[in-house]
Amino acid sequence: MTGTELLPGASPSVTALAVIAVVLVEAALLYVGYGYLEEKLGPTVFRRLQRI
Amino acid sequence: MLDLLGLSPGLFALFVAFGFMVGVFFGFFGMGGSFLVTPALLILGYPAPVAIGSSMAFVFGTAVIATLKHHDAGQVDYRLGALMFVGITLGIELGSRLVFGLEVLGIADVVVGTAYVILLAAIGILFTRSAMNQDDEADDGGDEDGPDDDVPEIARKIQSYNIPPMMTLADGSTASLWTISGVGGGVGLVSGFLGVGGGFVRMPAIYYVIGTSLAAAVGTSLFGGLMSGAVGAFTYGRSGVIDLGIVTALLLGSALGARIGSGATAYVDEDDVTIYFGIMLLLASLAVGLGELATWLARPILDQISFVILIGSSLLVCGMILYHGALAVRRRDAAPSA
Repeated sequence: MTGTELLPGASPSVTALAVIAVVLVEAALLYVGYGYLEEKLGPTVFRRLQRI
Repeated sequence: MLDLLGLSPGLFALFVAFGFMVGVFFGFFGMGGSFLVTPALLILGYPAPVAIGSSMAFVFGTAVIATLKHHDAGQVDYRLGALMFVGITLGIELGSRLVFGLEVLGIADVVVGTAYVILLAAIGILFTRSAMNQDDEADDGGDEDGPDDDVPEIARKIQSYNIPPMMTLADGSTASLWTISGVGGGVGLVSGFLGVGGGFVRMPAIYYVIGTSLAAAVGTSLFGGLMSGAVGAFTYGRSGVIDLGIVTALLLGSALGARIGSGATAYVDEDDVTIYFGIMLLLASLAVGLGELATWLARPILDQISFVILIGSSLLVCGMILYHGALAVRRRDAAPSA
C-alpha cells in the first residue's frame, strides 16, 4: 500500500505528510507497546541471562 | 493466499526479521538503515524509487524509536543535532550539485563509487585502529578514569581551539559553532554526493571532530537521522513510491531491535564492539567495491556476492552486540553478590 492508495486524489504534499504521519503513529505505538513488554518481561529475561 | 499489507506471510516475516537486525544496528551505532535496507530491497526486485523511498520512511520510523530510547538515557544533544542539520541540508544540496556536474562530464558513477569505497574503508580503518590502540592502552594500564576519557584525543585537541562563537554541548563541554557547521556541512556533502543517509559518517564525525562521548554521538546521530529521514520520506512520499507494507513489516522488527541495540549501549563496553564496527565497515567497503565492479564488468554474480558479504557481516556484528550485551548483563548482575 502506497501513500497514493491511502489518500486517492489528494495532492502530493498531503500524501507525503499522510505517509509520514502513519509511520510516526506506527513508531510511537511500537515504542509504547514494546516498552510495556520490556517492563513486564525485562526482569525475567535478565534473571534467565544470569542463570545461563 | 492471505496477504499482510500487500505482502505474502513469508515475505512479511522476512522483513520483520531483517528489520530486527537493522534495528539492533541502528540503536547501537546510530547508523545502518538505508545502508542495509536499500540494497536488500533492490536485490528482492523492487524498483529503485520504491526501495529508496521505503528505506527513507523506514529510517525515519526507526530513528524516532531509537531516539526516544536514547532520550530516556539522556544521550541525545538536541541543540547540537539541530545546529548540525542546517549544515547538513546545505551540504546535501552542494553534494547533489557536484554529482550533476560530474554527470555532465560523464564520470559520476566512477567517482561516486570509488569515493564510497574509499570513505567506508577509511572510517573502518579509523575505528579498527582506534579500538586496537585502546586495547593496548588498557593492557598497559593507561589511566581510564579521566574526566574526558570518553572523548577521543583528536576531538580534545579540536575543542582546545577557541574560535567564537562557542556553543555549550549537553555534557557541559564546548565546541565552536564553526566546527559544528563544518561537520554538518561535510556530512551533508558526503550524504548528497553518495546518495546515502550518512549515519556512518555522521556518528564518527560527532565523536571524533565535535567531541562527545560515543553514546551521545550515537544518540545525536540518530536525531540527525530522524530529521534527514523525515525530509527524505517527504520527498519520496510526494512521488507516491513509499510502500507502507514494507515499512510496517520492517518497523515491527526494528522497533524491538532498536530498543535492544539502544539499551545495549548502556551495558556493553564501547571498546568491545568498536572493533567489530570497524571491521564491518571494511567488509562493507569490499561489498560496495564488488557491487561497483559488477556494474562495470556486467557480472551480476558479483552483485550477489556483495549482498551476501554485506548481510553476512551485519548479521555477525548484530550477533556480537547481542552476545556482548548478554555477557555485560550477567557481569553487572553478578557484581554486587561477588
